[in-house]
Amino acid sequence: MQSYSIFSLARHALSGHKNWRPAWRAATPRRRYKVIIVGGGGHGLATAYYLAKVHGITDVAVLEKGWIGGGNTGRNTTIMRSNYLWDGSAALYEKSLKLWEGLSQDINYNVMYSQRGVLNLGHNLQDMRDIRRRVNANRLNGIDGEVLDTAGVKQRVPFINTSADARYPVLGASWQPRAGIARHDAVAWGYARAADDLGVDIIENCEVTGVRREHGRVVGVDTTHGEIGADRVGVVVAGHAGVLADMAGFRLPLESHPLQALVSEPLKPMLDTVVMSNAVHVYVSQSDKGELVIGAGIDAYNGYGNRGSFQTMEHFLTALIELYPIFSRLRMLRHWGGIVDTSPDASPIIGKTPVDGLYFNVGWGTGGFKATPGSGWVFAHTLATGEPHSINAPFSLERFHSGALVDEHGAAAVAH
Amino acid sequence: MLLITCPWCGPRDESEFSYGGEADIVRPPAPEAIDDAAWADYVFMRTNTRGLHREQWVHAHGCRRWFKAERDTVTYDIRATWPMNEEAP
Repeated sequence: MQSYSIFSLARHALSGHKNWRPAWRAATPRRRYKVIIVGGGGHGLATAYYLAKVHGITDVAVLEKGWIGGGNTGRNTTIMRSNYLWDGSAALYEKSLKLWEGLSQDINYNVMYSQRGVLNLGHNLQDMRDIRRRVNANRLNGIDGEVLDTAGVKQRVPFINTSADARYPVLGASWQPRAGIARHDAVAWGYARAADDLGVDIIENCEVTGVRREHGRVVGVDTTHGEIGADRVGVVVAGHAGVLADMAGFRLPLESHPLQALVSEPLKPMLDTVVMSNAVHVYVSQSDKGELVIGAGIDAYNGYGNRGSFQTMEHFLTALIELYPIFSRLRMLRHWGGIVDTSPDASPIIGKTPVDGLYFNVGWGTGGFKATPGSGWVFAHTLATGEPHSINAPFSLERFHSGALVDEHGAAAVAH
Repeated sequence: MLLITCPWCGPRDESEFSYGGEADIVRPPAPEAIDDAAWADYVFMRTNTRGLHREQWVHAHGCRRWFKAERDTVTYDIRATWPMNEEAP
């Protein structure tokens, strides 16, 4: 692999930047692999990378129906944090946050991880009680967190509307200093390049059309490039998990919904942290280019349409203007929707399926980007050993039979 | 925004309605007689159809009555709506 550094940049500058090699090979699929990963988003590429790096399994193909990072990896608001209430979720997202902290060095690719902190606002007495409980739970789990009052919020974001007669008065917030944002495209490209360097085949424009099974065991997949055999198959898709499960002959407790976000015209630096409000369901941060990145909740109905509805947009923009009157004349540049698979308990499904050798890592709902490294790390362990790691054991499909849900939706009072 | 035809009130804006999820899910007649997997299938598992999807809506800010609809989950076109106790047209 050509190492990226200030010296390589200077050396290539001398030759007019004409001799850079592609970051990963355009691999042609072989007939058989030890492990096939379906889905070339951040989670799938991270899985491939940790399979090769941590477990020494390099006979791996990543099959992507479109192009690398063209799905939800490139359709999110790039916020990462680990301030979840339950021990199971806290362990999973904190593992991820720890990996984020060293990721750029680990994969020699600048993912522009910026630990600028996240505020989760509270607007009423119950919000503040939930915030205190969650911050206490976080600290018991070794995760940084503080409870701020109104003045503390105002100090960090001076232009937020904290007047007492606001429709949603700001009574305080939880504050996680280690949280932040990263550049989403770089995450996909960096993992793809690092996995490719270790021998993983990344095959773009290769859609999986069927899951081959013999005697209850997976033996490979049918694709638009023909049949490819495999000992183990890991499905890491967003939006279409149910379609893949249908190919393998079982059902999932997931429903697909559109989730939308938008980006404003570029402004001078004004917001140096991330502010989320679950009660009014809007979250905002400022990108390095100066654009405000604004996210919302999902559309209520099931949909695969890759676009959001106008009344959802109106709902979160109304909340935005109420909280930040300074944004009222802002013009929006881009708007997009992605399809998210939401589960009944707002937690992902990572582990075994009713088919031997077939593993699923799906159902991340609206909060998958932050988990990219940790998700890949635990799923690589699951694919390599055939058993879940202790971190992803609580996130089995079985939990919907046993009733041991990881119910972050009701308890955390944070957006997902 | 969707234009949804309430079987009683006619075509109205989507914002007047609330979504009620997948239609035709029947509660097992004898819950005590089935195992955990069958119960989980009833409570949690969904078809999550890509294409024509039968679902429930309620005209929350109108006549407040429930009805069923068949809607394409890719194009969002609504093929038909009809009252809960009737057969699909």
